[in-house]
Amino acid sequence: MSDWLLEAQGLQSFYGSSHILHGVDFRVGRGETVALMGRNGMGKTTLLKSVIGLVTPRGGRVAFAGGEVTGQPTHRIVRRGIAYVPEGRGIFPNLSVSENLRMAARPGPGGRRDWDFERVLATFPRLSERLDHGGGQLSGGEQQMLTIGRALMTNPDLLILDEATEGLAPIIAREIWGIVREIKSSGIATVIVDKNHHALTALCDRAVVLVKGQVVFEGACAALKAQPEIIQRHLGV
Amino acid sequence: MDFVSFLIQTLNAVQYGLLLFLVASGLTLIFGIMGVINLAHGSFYMIGAYLAFALVAQTGNLFTALLLGIPLAALLGALLEWALFRHLYKRNHLEQVLLTYGLILVFEELRSLALGDDVHGVAVPAIFSASIKLSDTLSYPVYRLVISAVCVLLAIGLYILIHRTRIGMMIRAGNHDRDMVEALGIDINRIYLVVFALGVTLAAFAGMIAAPVSSVFPGMGNQVLILSFVIVVIGGIGSVWGALVAALVIGFADTFGKVLVPDYAGLAVYLVMAAVLLWRPEGIFKS
Ligand SMILES: Nc1ncnc2c1ncn2[C@@H]1O[C@H](COP(=O)(O)OP(=O)(O)O)[C@@H](O)[C@H]1O
Ligand SMILES: [Mg+2]
Repeated sequence: MSDWLLEAQGLQSFYGSSHILHGVDFRVGRGETVALMGRNGMGKTTLLKSVIGLVTPRGGRVAFAGGEVTGQPTHRIVRRGIAYVPEGRGIFPNLSVSENLRMAARPGPGGRRDWDFERVLATFPRLSERLDHGGGQLSGGEQQMLTIGRALMTNPDLLILDEATEGLAPIIAREIWGIVREIKSSGIATVIVDKNHHALTALCDRAVVLVKGQVVFEGACAALKAQPEIIQRHLGV
Repeated sequence: MDFVSFLIQTLNAVQYGLLLFLVASGLTLIFGIMGVINLAHGSFYMIGAYLAFALVAQTGNLFTALLLGIPLAALLGALLEWALFRHLYKRNHLEQVLLTYGLILVFEELRSLALGDDVHGVAVPAIFSASIKLSDTLSYPVYRLVISAVCVLLAIGLYILIHRTRIGMMIRAGNHDRDMVEALGIDINRIYLVVFALGVTLAAFAGMIAAPVSSVFPGMGNQVLILSFVIVVIGGIGSVWGALVAALVIGFADTFGKVLVPDYAGLAVYLVMAAVLLWRPEGIFKS
């Protein structure tokens, strides 16, 4: 047994015959904020999907909160306390804002009910003005707030944010970063993927950098900031 | 056509349309959410009618037959989903059509072995056996009104289920993005099981309550299946509301087609379908 909240070891993932993850180790501690970095197409999304079983790894193991979850169906894995905000948001446009939130509601691990409808609306006041709108009628920023709010409705121990601020106007992105900071201080562990390395490293505890499905750097965000050549080499455009 | 005949035909059209809606609503949900083309869906209507016949023969009473038949149909639906249909969701349409066409043959053969190939009648329950007198020569059977009323109640129930309950939200969400539903901790396979069993039960129930007015005969699911597919296409795949509107349209086209242009009655339904699709290629209510 380890103290990690999430511990993935030696993940090998494929799409058909294309080999995407080549033995990736990935860990998240309780309450820790981890930046998952790497250029486009390096396997970040595939890693996140492999963790929650949306992609079934052909090799390696995943444990969450001390329990082995390798090969389990997604709904069972996430019920141990993971919430997933996918790239491109994944809201249900055919459900209203309020339905998007309410359908996801569930107590967290150990019956925790910190987050409910009222608290999510208090955190995202914009959503409370749009409760009866269809999810598809929201602006990009509102959609991202809705997916994050919906994720919180499941009272997770770990929140996964893939491309947290992609496609958002800078002012909206800043709002999202503020919310992420709030979530961090509430003790929920987060894994964040984002193109804004500056905002990301200002916030994270630890960073993992992927290149072609392999981890090329893992360490404290402070260390990463002190070594700009790593960012330049692996993340620069 | 005088007013009384017109009224009678209108009531018939509504009743037939609503009955078709019960079958088509399940078909459109299963098609829309799981992506399965289920040719065997009409067989559930046939099975329902034969269940009503067999159970009324045993118990002497349609109400008891319904009480027993409904859970049996739900069980059959759940069993079929678990044993066969869940393996079809990711297969292509040709494989779906092959399996479900095969199922029609299996169901008809089993029906033939168990109950024979004769045409049967089922008695209208005594308390609904009266007729309402509309003119000196014309009257309308109360039982047909009861069918319509029950179907309307079920349509309302279905609306509440889909639009006002949490499971309804999950069903609609699953219609859009199955992975995201799973990622929220919801077992999508269980949702599929519920939807499939519900669809089978609605179709079988339609067959059960139709048995006293339509009689019970081999292959009776086929006509209903074809009309139900027409309804699903006109209404918009996956849209229960579309199915309701389309079922009423088809009920009218079929009923009045037979009265007004008896020689071309078979065409009426398809002319309506062609017209609707020219106007809206994705159906009335694209979901
Ligand atoms: N559904 C898929 N089918 C086939 N290849 C895919 C699929 N999704 C992603 N890929 C490929 O896998 C690699 C990693 O993609 P991804 O994990 O999305 O990278 P990132 O999130 O780091 O941008 C890329 O080369 C991409 O083209
Ligand atoms: Mg990605």
